[in-house]
Amino acid sequence: MAAPLSAPRTGTTHEAEQVADDSVAVEVPWQTIVWNDPVNLMSYVTYVLQKLFGYDRDKATKLMLDVHHKGRATVSSGSKDKVEGDVAKLHAAGLWATMQRS
Amino acid sequence: MNGWRRQGRGAKLRLVGVFDQQEAALLRGLIGQVRTMLVQRTDDVPVDELAELTGLASGHTRPPEDAVLARLLPDFHRDDPELAAMLRAAREPELVAAKTEAATVVLDTCPPDGGRAELTPPQADAWLSALNDVRLALGTTLGVTEDMPDEPPVDEALAAHLSVYHWLTFVQDALVQSRAAAM
Repeated sequence: MAAPLSAPRTGTTHEAEQVADDSVAVEVPWQTIVWNDPVNLMSYVTYVLQKLFGYDRDKATKLMLDVHHKGRATVSSGSKDKVEGDVAKLHAAGLWATMQRS
Repeated sequence: MNGWRRQGRGAKLRLVGVFDQQEAALLRGLIGQVRTMLVQRTDDVPVDELAELTGLASGHTRPPEDAVLARLLPDFHRDDPELAAMLRAAREPELVAAKTEAATVVLDTCPPDGGRAELTPPQADAWLSALNDVRLALGTTLGVTEDMPDEPPVDEALAAHLSVYHWLTFVQDALVQSRAAAM
């Protein structure tokens, strides 16, 4: 992708609250879900998962096939901030992704 | 355009594709249209006095009404509208910037009169994102589904649009193969 989306984002008053929330709810991680889409190519989805998350080709292919056959796959998990960043990167690549609590 | 080939290695690796004049004009036109839609989305951001005072970017809280833009800029959360609105305001400006920048890379590297596009791996990644955005835009407009019939539709205009869509699919898929082999 052209722009590094992991760069620090501009702060807002919400951020301090989020950090506080995360420290309380550290036991409840978040998940990044990729949804099936009729346009995105299987080859491209596999490549994006390899590139963004450092997965090897086998793991990325398995996740891509889950998306294709089951309609969705959990592609990463972690703190709210991490998952939010992952969803942003997937959106920048054009994949349909959302976040949710595990 | 007969696909992409790799040239050089290491820091000198380039992915090279050749476009004729018509192909270059078509591609640049479509990329430019999507880029314009994204720029307009930024221009439409409601004025936020706090953001004006602090100089911090703050985006839309609502998803785009236009179906194409809505697909390019999806919600972050499906069931929690408040969280989705907050994340959109925080994240959409950088997403639009990333997509606009990817489109600009294509416009900077695809020769207007046709010829060779020679891409570094980061430029190839920008092309992949921008090509994907254009396919999402066309796919949304044309109502592309996963099990489209192989025969072209009877409607000539629709058939022409679909053939453009399939050509973009070929260009993107060939570039993915070439780029992934260079990982």
